[in-house]
Amino acid sequence: MLASLRADLAMARRGYARYAAYPGAALAGIFTNTVFGFMRAFILLALYQQRANIGGYDASAAVTYVWVGQALLMTVFMWGWLDIAVRIRTGDIATDLVRPIHPLRAALGFDLGRAAYHIVFRGIPPFVVGMAFFPVRLPSEIAVWIAFLVSLVLAVVVSFFFRVLYNVVGFWTTDVRGTMMLGGIIANLFSGFLIPVSFFPDWLAAIARATPFPSIVQTPIDIFVGTVSGPAIVGALVTQIAWAIALGLAARWTFDLGVRRLVVQGG
Amino acid sequence: MTMALIEVEGLRKDFTVTRKTGVLRRARAVVHAVDGLTFSVERGEIVGYIGPNGAGKSTTVKMLTGILVPTAGRISVGGLVPTDRRTELARRIGVLFGQRVQLWWDLPLIESFELLRHMYRVGADRYRENLATFRELLELDPFLGTPVRQLSLGQRVRGELTAAMLHDPEILFLDEPTIGLDIVAKQRVREFLLRANREHGVTVLLTTHDLADIERLARRILIIDHGRLIYDGELEALKRRFGPRRVLVVDLVEPAPPLRVDGGEVVRTDGPRQWIAFDGDRITAAALIAAVTAVAAVRDLTLEEPEIESVVREIYAGRARPEAGPIRGS
Amino acid sequence: MGDLREGAALYLRITAARIRAQLQYRASFALETVGMFFVTFLDFVVILIIFANVPALAGWSRAEVALLYAISALCFAFTDLVVGQLDWLSEWVRNGTFDGMLVRPRGTLFQVISSDFQIRRVGKIVQGLLVLVYALVVLDIQWTPARALMLAAAIPVGTVIFISIWVLTISIVFWTVDGREAANAFTYGGSFLAQFPINLYDRWLRRFLGYVVPIAFVAYFPSLYILDKPDPLGLPSILQFAAPVVAVVTAIAAGLVWRVAVRHYQSAGG
Repeated sequence: MLASLRADLAMARRGYARYAAYPGAALAGIFTNTVFGFMRAFILLALYQQRANIGGYDASAAVTYVWVGQALLMTVFMWGWLDIAVRIRTGDIATDLVRPIHPLRAALGFDLGRAAYHIVFRGIPPFVVGMAFFPVRLPSEIAVWIAFLVSLVLAVVVSFFFRVLYNVVGFWTTDVRGTMMLGGIIANLFSGFLIPVSFFPDWLAAIARATPFPSIVQTPIDIFVGTVSGPAIVGALVTQIAWAIALGLAARWTFDLGVRRLVVQGG
Repeated sequence: MTMALIEVEGLRKDFTVTRKTGVLRRARAVVHAVDGLTFSVERGEIVGYIGPNGAGKSTTVKMLTGILVPTAGRISVGGLVPTDRRTELARRIGVLFGQRVQLWWDLPLIESFELLRHMYRVGADRYRENLATFRELLELDPFLGTPVRQLSLGQRVRGELTAAMLHDPEILFLDEPTIGLDIVAKQRVREFLLRANREHGVTVLLTTHDLADIERLARRILIIDHGRLIYDGELEALKRRFGPRRVLVVDLVEPAPPLRVDGGEVVRTDGPRQWIAFDGDRITAAALIAAVTAVAAVRDLTLEEPEIESVVREIYAGRARPEAGPIRGS
Repeated sequence: MGDLREGAALYLRITAARIRAQLQYRASFALETVGMFFVTFLDFVVILIIFANVPALAGWSRAEVALLYAISALCFAFTDLVVGQLDWLSEWVRNGTFDGMLVRPRGTLFQVISSDFQIRRVGKIVQGLLVLVYALVVLDIQWTPARALMLAAAIPVGTVIFISIWVLTISIVFWTVDGREAANAFTYGGSFLAQFPINLYDRWLRRFLGYVVPIAFVAYFPSLYILDKPDPLGLPSILQFAAPVVAVVTAIAAGLVWRVAVRHYQSAGG
């Protein structure tokens, strides 16, 4: 038990180190992330020239939503992640299978390390810039901060298993890009990254809330902004946990199915 | 004095590298990748350009082909300063980077050739003639219609070689042309190059780690280390000095202390495996094997020919300075 | 002139070969083209959601923003079709592919652009066209020959502006390959900025990305003219006709910067 936890930690450290190796890239990313944050904040603020409250957000909540969203963008990394698909295509996945730890568990550890790097070096800097220029709101209670951090970790886990699902398609077809693209489109919209789910027309919001995607972006943001508060936070976290388990099982099952196929066909 | 086809004088290339010295701290340092090279190559020569990894071989080739601007010194290739007349020079040279793909990844080989014909403005007749020759010599027909990404390494190198020569270049720059190829493929590539040199007078400058490449192709070699030329002369002269030293690798049934055999010297051990160096002029391999099997139980053995790498390593380690080696040029 | 025609012929030849190769994989091609369609359509969905909450945005109606969006999206779609492969430049510099281009007898920009044409990107053009049709049907435009000409010219002119910005900003990779993502702020960021009326942005952001990086000339000024809409910013109306000049200037700047950048790479890189 302790040994495997230590292995997880080692994987996380490797995930962190891989991205920490390119500080120049991080700087360029922070710049772009910040520019987008400005544009998105101004667009949302333009809505509040006409209404004081939209979907439970006032203007200050809206700009806070934008800047937390910019901070989460790289951290949850919904789109464009093909680590496992690449290992499937090159056949490297076979070497992962002989290790004592299940490849998905190792990859999850790695990904949490990556997320830790991204929230600190890609997430916080644009957020601080946003705070300097917009009426961004910070949670005042310690409990909310803790709940936000828990929710953030869960968001990364849900996102990770979602990414695994579009990666394992690689066991059956050489073309993962198309699947990833379609998955990414749905995720971008329904996660509430582009625009808050509560801004959606009711019918579209209902569809979005029936998917795991709000658990990846909208839930942590809502906790941070305060649109989800009090006992509702517990409900939100439980929903995230449920999606983490459901997607985790689905990811594990399809991955193992793919491995069996690979073994039967001999690569 | 007439000008040689390739003339290099006092060539230098510095790179600025930044090194991580702390969490956020970085130190900048200047590295002299190429440090005062002077040599020339006459039309029709085949020259092997060798040295350990990081010695500056690729950097030199990049400067000769117009990819990089030298920090100092003078280059003339076919009478042109490479980076100033890049596109003009490109028409007259052929370049092959062994492991990198120059062809269109997802196009059938034949389509890549077609496109290159237009890119280099090769006349239709010349193209047809050249392609026919290469198809025969390099046996391209079985995979002409295959997308490049589906080719084996050997097939791809043959394709790249054709691509580098469709426009009848005067000079071929080859960076590790046979790396990763099997023996048959290597042989085919070498014969092709010899023929191009013999029949069309193509001048060849190749970097390689494979002594056999040099042995079959080049009469003359340049050895570079730390950006400096340390040998320029006949291959034969160099081989006479270092060539006889060969190595017998024996796998013993059980690990043992270094074997003592007449005429051989154990230079390395690793578990049950021992490397025994011997001088081919003094003792034959057969005699040495007999001597070894007389003193130990042997499971397996292989004979290693001296590699240019180890020759270079020995030269550099100072165990054998080629001080007598004629440095030509100037 | 002859060189130009010959270059164009070679470009078409390479592109045709690439299209043939990509059509070999029909299923992937179809899926990715549809994907491209929806990726960009998502931007318009966001606009629709915004207008489900408010009747106007910074003085622009839904249909007016749709026109603005369609022009921007079409310019960007054509830009992506022609030079989208510039996204790979940092990778090509890193792995030596770019070095290979330096030993061929053609311009490097020509080779980079012609090397990886992706037919699936037409999905984005289809999306832009559909939104344009929607905007033109819903809007009550008083058509004159001049307005029709403005619309017809806006697409190629805006495309040249976007392409120039793309070439100009991606040149950063010749100094630092890790800097690649900074270019996104101007390329993808520029197209995002142009999808909304620029009068909603704060003054200095508007000045920098709108006029210095001349994104405002892609869709904002042409739309004002076509809609016969008074400029909320009260800028001189001559600016509505300035886009072609701006396009030529940015194109020249892009060409120069590219040359300087490649030369820098040849001196320092390797």
